[in-house]
Amino acid sequence: MNQGSSLKRYAITRLALVVPMVFILLTLVFLLMRVAPGNPVSASLGGHAPPAVIKAISHQLGYDKPVYVQYGHYLGQIIRGNFGTTISDRRSVGSIILVNGAATLELTFFAMIVAIFVGMLIGLLSGRYRDSPLDTGGRLFGIIVYATPVFFLGLLAQLVFGIWLGWLPISDQASPITQALLQTHTNIFFLDAIIDGNWSALWDITQHLILPATTLGIVYGGVFIRLIRVNVIRTMKEDYIEAARARGINERSVVYHHAFRNALVPVITVVGLQLALLLGGAILTETTFNWPGLGHELYIYLQNRDYAAVQGIVVVFALVVVAASIVIDFANAFIDPRVRY
Amino acid sequence: MAATASVRLQRRTVGMRRALGPIAEARGMARTMLWTGVGVTLVFVLMAIFAPIISPYGFDQYQSGGHRFAQLARPSHAHLFGTTVQSTDVLSRIVWGAQTELEVVGLALAFGLVVGVPLGLIAGYFGGPFDRGTVLFMDAMFAFPPLLLAIVIAFLLGSSVNSGVLVAAIAITITYIPQYFRVVRNHVISVREEPYVEAARALGAKPFTILRRYVFFNVVQNVPVIATLNAADAVLTLTALGFLGYGVQPTQGAEWGYDVSRAVSDAASGIWWTGLFPGIAIVLLVTGLTLLGEGLNETINPVLRRRSIRKVDFGAPSLEPETEILDP
Repeated sequence: MNQGSSLKRYAITRLALVVPMVFILLTLVFLLMRVAPGNPVSASLGGHAPPAVIKAISHQLGYDKPVYVQYGHYLGQIIRGNFGTTISDRRSVGSIILVNGAATLELTFFAMIVAIFVGMLIGLLSGRYRDSPLDTGGRLFGIIVYATPVFFLGLLAQLVFGIWLGWLPISDQASPITQALLQTHTNIFFLDAIIDGNWSALWDITQHLILPATTLGIVYGGVFIRLIRVNVIRTMKEDYIEAARARGINERSVVYHHAFRNALVPVITVVGLQLALLLGGAILTETTFNWPGLGHELYIYLQNRDYAAVQGIVVVFALVVVAASIVIDFANAFIDPRVRY
Repeated sequence: MAATASVRLQRRTVGMRRALGPIAEARGMARTMLWTGVGVTLVFVLMAIFAPIISPYGFDQYQSGGHRFAQLARPSHAHLFGTTVQSTDVLSRIVWGAQTELEVVGLALAFGLVVGVPLGLIAGYFGGPFDRGTVLFMDAMFAFPPLLLAIVIAFLLGSSVNSGVLVAAIAITITYIPQYFRVVRNHVISVREEPYVEAARALGAKPFTILRRYVFFNVVQNVPVIATLNAADAVLTLTALGFLGYGVQPTQGAEWGYDVSRAVSDAASGIWWTGLFPGIAIVLLVTGLTLLGEGLNETINPVLRRRSIRKVDFGAPSLEPETEILDP
């Protein structure tokens, strides 16, 4: 079988498997939100609204219909790309995704860059010089970073770089003036500033980005350190490394061209798997730094007990993770023919 | 009767020795990690048990002898780690917090094992539609960011269950059940076809007996390692829940994550002691549990284990280098 058709077959099978998965996820979210005791409408209105108002809103939102009708309606709406409307402030979840999701994307993208950089640097060195003090230091750093909650690291960063040294802002995505003057094209502030060629805004945005992105990135870099280290050690023992050495290729070149490259392939998978963790970390980082992303919005809607908003945002998070896993599987199948079977 | 009892006892001691053997044999890094982990974890366990004796004040005590403690007081002789904005003693909250963390994590792990392991055994051994259904369901659970799932569960239970410890434990355990399930199920599937299981089946043993006598003990060996590593993770999840205001409520007990969340607003005015100390407590406990888990992993897991095999001197210099069994 040639390469093209096996890849295509793999893609079709993989996509077909997604359908039941997404269906179960959606059902799970629906059940979770419906099984919960209490009337979601009265809860999100603060529990003080008069019964007539609650009844009217329940009727309007369809909460007075039988559960299976609600379920059908819910699935139908999601298939049409409608994730619902919040109860507390009547925003459509779609617009929350566009506006606040962009902020989360900005944060997680830069955090991922930091994570990969930190993880590769320390992981490769630790693996290369196994059992040296460098390795011990690297592993210890990995463990401590893993043990540090992202919000605590954020707090320390705020204290040191924001308060004592006074170098960087400790909250928000940009200063109020920048936010007021910046034209929105993509809702991703960093890109918007570049599109407009507004360099002073870009500088302001970058300053606001440094602490949250580095905090989140360092914590997730810890995961990569461990993985890359083990991979390097394993790769250094492969026969082809021995063969390369036997051919008289100098050690430097063996390490850089033969060992490191092969050691980095499995990292792609983990980057994808970590996305779920990264999004979880983003909720905490956004709350710590008052970063107006999806996680921060979720936090606020949870406090307002707005079930519709929580449901919508949770569905989006789950779908993003599923989508990422598909992309990663395809990337893997493309790189490594063994995956396609 | 007495004979069978002694045989049983003997079998048990052999089993114990086989299980604990690698721990005594551990060398080098694995040994250091293991014992550091044990030490640190033990300190927190003792702190939790003796909290009423060690702790200078109650976790929510803001006055003593009718005189209210100062708000946000710097660390001093009276309050070694200072006081919070509610005038509570930071040190006391850390000591009492150890109790909360360990209670929740212990409960969460117990729930996870009780649900995840039997499900994995049954699904793996019997296969069929039950297996397929459970796997699909667990995979779906796995697709959620674990913290998000925990937050949603804590949010939903928060209004109906009165005990914060229980809410937090359930919220955390739900994120781990799929893990235990997966590990146990996959392992059962490979063990199921082993000759000794086949033999037991041929002898007419009932499926339940096979699962209990032959499969269970071969499969659960990985569980302590996963459980310890999960304990570390569970502390992080619990503190994250506390940070966001879910799980253990401030009136129900001291929780380090909650303390750090209160400290974020203090930080803007340069107050460091309300956040630094509880944060360090989290880092220490999680590091201890991680070292314990990693150490156990490297000593118990034969693939990772490094044993120094004593060289036998036959008089002539051996050509073989010292053998090592290492790495995955």
